[in-house]
Amino acid sequence: MKSRHKRLAIVAVGLIGLGVATTLVLRAFNSNLVFFFSTSQVAAKESPQGRSFRLGGLVEEGSLKREDNGLTVHFVVTDTAVKIPVTFTGILPDLFREGQGVVAQGKLGSDGVFKADEVLAKHDEKYMPPEVADALEKAKVVNKQMSGTSLANGAAEAAK
Amino acid sequence: MIPEIGHFSLILALSVAMVQAVLPLVGSARGNENWMRMARPIAQGQFLFVATAFACLVYAFITSDFSVLYVAEHANTELPLQYRVGAVWGGHEGSMLLWVLMLTGWTMAVSVFSRKLPDDLIARVIGILGLVSTGFLAFILLTSNPFIRLMPAALEGRDLNPLLQDTGLVFHPPMLYMGYVGFSVAFAFAIAALLGGRLDAAWARWSRPWTLVAWMFLTMGIAMGSVWAYYELGWGGWWFWDPVENASFMPWLAGTALIHSLAVTEKRGSFKNWTVLLAIITFSLSLIGTLLVRSGVLTSVHAFASDPSRGVFILILLVIVTGGSMALFAWRAPRVGLGGRFALVSRESFLLANNVLLLVAAATVLLGTLYPLIMDALDMGKISVGPPYFNKVFVPVMTPLIFLMGLGPIARWKQASLPDLAVRLRWAFGVSLVSALIAPVLMGEWFPLVSMGLLLAFWVMTTAVVGLMRRVRRNQEIGRPGLAGMTRSYIGMQVAHFGVAVFIVGVTLVNGYQVEKDVRMNVGDTTEVAGYTFRFDGVAQTKVPNYTATQGYVQVIRDGVELMVLHPQKRNYNVQTMPMTEAAIDTGLTRDLYASLGEPVSGGAWSVRIYYKPFIDWIWGGCFIMALGGGLAMSDRRYRLASRSKAKAQSDAVDAARNLATEGGRA
Repeated sequence: MKSRHKRLAIVAVGLIGLGVATTLVLRAFNSNLVFFFSTSQVAAKESPQGRSFRLGGLVEEGSLKREDNGLTVHFVVTDTAVKIPVTFTGILPDLFREGQGVVAQGKLGSDGVFKADEVLAKHDEKYMPPEVADALEKAKVVNKQMSGTSLANGAAEAAK
Repeated sequence: MIPEIGHFSLILALSVAMVQAVLPLVGSARGNENWMRMARPIAQGQFLFVATAFACLVYAFITSDFSVLYVAEHANTELPLQYRVGAVWGGHEGSMLLWVLMLTGWTMAVSVFSRKLPDDLIARVIGILGLVSTGFLAFILLTSNPFIRLMPAALEGRDLNPLLQDTGLVFHPPMLYMGYVGFSVAFAFAIAALLGGRLDAAWARWSRPWTLVAWMFLTMGIAMGSVWAYYELGWGGWWFWDPVENASFMPWLAGTALIHSLAVTEKRGSFKNWTVLLAIITFSLSLIGTLLVRSGVLTSVHAFASDPSRGVFILILLVIVTGGSMALFAWRAPRVGLGGRFALVSRESFLLANNVLLLVAAATVLLGTLYPLIMDALDMGKISVGPPYFNKVFVPVMTPLIFLMGLGPIARWKQASLPDLAVRLRWAFGVSLVSALIAPVLMGEWFPLVSMGLLLAFWVMTTAVVGLMRRVRRNQEIGRPGLAGMTRSYIGMQVAHFGVAVFIVGVTLVNGYQVEKDVRMNVGDTTEVAGYTFRFDGVAQTKVPNYTATQGYVQVIRDGVELMVLHPQKRNYNVQTMPMTEAAIDTGLTRDLYASLGEPVSGGAWSVRIYYKPFIDWIWGGCFIMALGGGLAMSDRRYRLASRSKAKAQSDAVDAARNLATEGGRA
């Protein structure tokens, strides 16, 4: 009887331990998930306020500006449909280029400027982060529809 | 011609592997001795064919044979020779070939070093390894053949990714694969034992040294990867919780649990089922690692190409191996029996807790690695799980684990008493506590987390000393030399634990006292970091055959004395036109000074990173000490199978003497 009690106690302690561990893990997990949004999603207010997230898209050509003193840079990220200005203080990764894909992690300010704490590096020249490729693909569809409607409108107007 | 020979050898290897998977297994099931005896020569033949194929690929790289597609994609005539050899596994196809080379190499080693093992067991082990190898050879030949020709041949190769052009490439992947793949032997032994229904101390004794060697290589492989990332990726961290790092870390955690559980099975006959399950889990995690890295689902330094058919193939392999072995486990394990009983407070219990904690750690890593992939696959948003999650989870899981590391080796098997342990370890605890409270003050500033980390490290060290002293005294009491009378497996265990302590010191002090500074520097500007003054003396151009570099000059000054000049570089590789940051690091026992160039800002000024990393080399030093401990334990004489019967008699005598002495000491 005694050994059975003991075994029960062990099992109980084990289960409690497991429960505590699971709770701890899931809590840490939930508070540290970082979501990815495209610039269109940010414009549609899908991104969280006051919480860190990842923003991805292309660095717009000619948008990169450096402050004269210090290491702060400004650039514009776009998915070809919506543009979001980004500021970052620090050293940009080697493969950061205008016209290329980028992923920045940080928070969206109330002024609509995205303050990045981290600009993620690519490891390969040809490589495009899949999130960015996906976002561009979606924006392309949106662009096509819009140009399609404007063409249709134009045609309708010409017919009048 | 040579690539065709390689291709042909690979096909032959697949045919041989299929025979290896069938004949010995069927032979052992039917008791056909001739078929069982075929296992060894077949395994050696398979190794020969795979090695030939691999040699052909190396030859194609050395001679820059750009009529081979894989070579043309990963090499260049200007690539230095050592990187041309490293480039063999610098891409997907070649690294899979390396994987199989390792697998057949391990099988070959089993066939050579296990002369004394029963024929039916060896036949099963080799048969199972043959099954795994069949899967992977088919994978290479069907989806990732490195010998495919390029017609017409390219005039020049596309060159190796500049990130990989480093000595790290020559050592890190082979070491890592040795470890990863090495767990297949432990797996094969476990499955063979399940098939044969014979799980006993002898089985644990046979599979332990193999597991230890694999673990040793994996430890070194991971440490080398970490060093490489530290100096090459240019932002000075040593671990990024990158999914691919996690992929190698999960088998390490499970493998660490496995070597401890095997120890219990060997010494006490307990934990048998658990050990088998761990062997299956460890190898499955190795396969998951391969799947993650090779299928292209991950985005990282290691993910080369994405071809969906590859991912599906490895996924199927994983399902067959893991599912099949789990089913076998469920079917056969109840027959195996539980083994020795033990009390709530005993070394067995401590080791069980160690196993559970290690698996919890592995599970948390698995969750953090797979969850984003699952979310993405279900189209529920794109997320990532960063270092904060892992750091938050790892500290509470590792703290009790490391505390138990102090208790486990001191506690007695079967039944220990807590008051007795407390008495024996009170000095160890007191000394650790006091030094952990004082040491951070000596470093300049007191942080509670630093104190806690150091407490754990000192605790492991002092309890190891207490354990060693007890052994020495006991040996002297029975009239044997103190230190020399200890088994290598015991010394190896203490050395490995000491390595963990060194590792913790490194991690704690780096996290507590590192200084990272990104600054804009004009020529002649100085900046102060942790008592060192760094002066930027401008840049100059240098040229090497395959890249041009802008080299910076950073003078390090301390107390008015010019100590050294650091030469960080910004390289531009000719073929891939890819810029690369090459950090300059001054390595020291107590600190690293790290400088790397950012980008030219304006008028000769550069953005520069200056880091001060105290005790960072202890992190890797600790890992190599751990690996050394594994090597020592593996070389214990009771595992030397050549003189097994003799050694067994001896070690039995030693065990008996030790039990007598323990009982005598207690009375």
